[in-house]
Amino acid sequence: MSSAAPYRAPVPSHASSWDMARSEQLARAAVAGRVLADIADDDERIAVLTADLKFSNRTVDFERRHPERFLNVGIAEQHMVTMAAGMATVGYVPYVATFASFVGLLCAEQLRTDLAYPGLPVRVLAHHAGISLGFYGTSHHATEDLGLLRSIANMTVVCPADAASVEAALRTTVDHDGPIYFRLGRGREPDVYAPGDARFEVGRIATLRDGGDLAIVANGITVAAALEAAERLAADGIEATVLDAHTVRPFDGETLCAVAARTGRLLVAEEHNVVGGVASACADALVDGGVGGVRLARAGMPPDEYALIGPPTHLYRHYRLDADGLAERARALLDER
Amino acid sequence: MLDARKMDPVESSRAAGAAAEPAAARRVRERRRTGTCAPHRATTTREEPHDMPGNRPIETAAAPSPETLGEIRRIAALVRSETVRLIEIAKSGHYTSVFSCAELLGALYGGILRLSEDPDWPERDRLVLSKGHMAVGVYPLLAERGYFPAEWLDGYTRVGNPLGDHPDMRRVPGVDFSSGSLGHGLSIAVGMAQAARMRGLGSRVWALLGDQELNEGQIWEAAQTAGHFGLGNLVAIVDRNQMGLDGLTEDVMTVEPIADRFRAFGWEVVEVDGHDPAAVWTTLAGVPATDSRQPTCIVAHTVKGKGVGYMELSRTWHLGYLAPPDAADTSRELEEFHV
Repeated sequence: MSSAAPYRAPVPSHASSWDMARSEQLARAAVAGRVLADIADDDERIAVLTADLKFSNRTVDFERRHPERFLNVGIAEQHMVTMAAGMATVGYVPYVATFASFVGLLCAEQLRTDLAYPGLPVRVLAHHAGISLGFYGTSHHATEDLGLLRSIANMTVVCPADAASVEAALRTTVDHDGPIYFRLGRGREPDVYAPGDARFEVGRIATLRDGGDLAIVANGITVAAALEAAERLAADGIEATVLDAHTVRPFDGETLCAVAARTGRLLVAEEHNVVGGVASACADALVDGGVGGVRLARAGMPPDEYALIGPPTHLYRHYRLDADGLAERARALLDER
Repeated sequence: MLDARKMDPVESSRAAGAAAEPAAARRVRERRRTGTCAPHRATTTREEPHDMPGNRPIETAAAPSPETLGEIRRIAALVRSETVRLIEIAKSGHYTSVFSCAELLGALYGGILRLSEDPDWPERDRLVLSKGHMAVGVYPLLAERGYFPAEWLDGYTRVGNPLGDHPDMRRVPGVDFSSGSLGHGLSIAVGMAQAARMRGLGSRVWALLGDQELNEGQIWEAAQTAGHFGLGNLVAIVDRNQMGLDGLTEDVMTVEPIADRFRAFGWEVVEVDGHDPAAVWTTLAGVPATDSRQPTCIVAHTVKGKGVGYMELSRTWHLGYLAPPDAADTSRELEEFHV
């Protein structure tokens, strides 16, 4: 045996190296843990549960301030949702946080039977929704959750686009008398709203840009892309309305129908299968509102495909959910007769 | 030389100069030594005895008084007879799943559950009917307590009536949670027990589980959580009536060894003859104090369909209907059973 001391690598110092502590800092838009901690300072009903993901979703920010109201249940998502329902009957407003795929899909029955059917004030923080986990693969993607949740009575579904709207959505719904599914990104979403922006109101479509040629209906990660696409279209003399349809259930059909009647063309952009999500909500609203003759194009995941392997930003480009892709779809929609 | 005591957090904290060992910590250590519970974090510092109402340390559990025993039997008889009457209205129902837990309901509603005239009293004990298909046996007891008009019973399952085969907490006062989807109830109870503890309520939470239901994976997610958090205000009662819908549990899908399974998750387990009113009372009355760290599982050995000869351990009577003449004959047998 050698008597030389074994080699020990130094702690990584290169600018490109990263560990989860650094990743946590990059997730600037993952503000739910901090916001809930702020709310909980003055509201003793707030509790937060997670399933061994407190660093990924930054609910650790809540734990640091309110450890007595933070519960890590381990990797047991279905139990977590049902347990939160039990806590709600004893006076708590519990927020459960895990990947959207592991709650919106895995726990569909618990969301329906234990939260929505009794109408309990449990909130789901379904983060890393859509294909935002990129090359982690389809097991970690949630491109069907809106389709499931839209058919659940009593359920409210909100998909904020950025940190400011996550904060507004959380702050304005604390007293809501029923379950809410917050569909969140991975925390690296660009800013769309300024803090306190009055245009964001849960339950109402926000009109972020006004134009008469067509309307782009977006939510979550596609809002920033839609705004950028509208800029490019404007350079070519095409005026696009941009709507943030953050509240998917109940859906603001009134605003949608008014815009559709005015523009006659809707391009829906969603990080979801084109079946069952925002595009379907728009189609339902048009039918219910009796608005005919509207062209509706759907940008999203193709109906019979699971996502390719790839980094999230590359996948958005591949599936034409980036600004270039949306501008191209908008032009094609305008070219249709 | 390895000193086993130094591996023990309780022992090592004593060695480090901690003050006199708390009684609760001593009990946990003793249970761990004797193998009656799996190792888990012993963080309780509170000394017993204490005087919170509803707490009944196991050492002092007494046999029921003659009056209590009579009440348990009266309730059990009422549960069985009303079940026959109500299912006659519905023309379909789970007779045998109710009959197996009639004595358990007798003890629970005969004095074990801490209840008040207000079904929403925050400090009440909760009872989660995880095997929700036995709710027909509970409705008459809630009506008897005055939680809703007795006339509701007469319209059981008819269009618009609040009472269905599975209980709905939003429609029926006294029902602590809407159940029916098996495997959820223990998670609900864990949430209630955790919340009651966080709020400082003296409530105890009881979950009535079926035995075949233990096949559901979520049961064990809940069991591990109760052990990890040390929910001493939680009691799971397994109605071990030996059968699922398709037949004997061990033929359908093994649930044994139930006691060892719960112990492995850090629970204390007590077994009892679920049809012996005195034994059931003493066992339920003897669960640990609500501020202990010890979740308790009571395995109640019962017979599916108990009280009606042709129904006992009969696969086909999991669900059924008795036309009036058969209902009358069956009620007569039940009357004799309850003499």
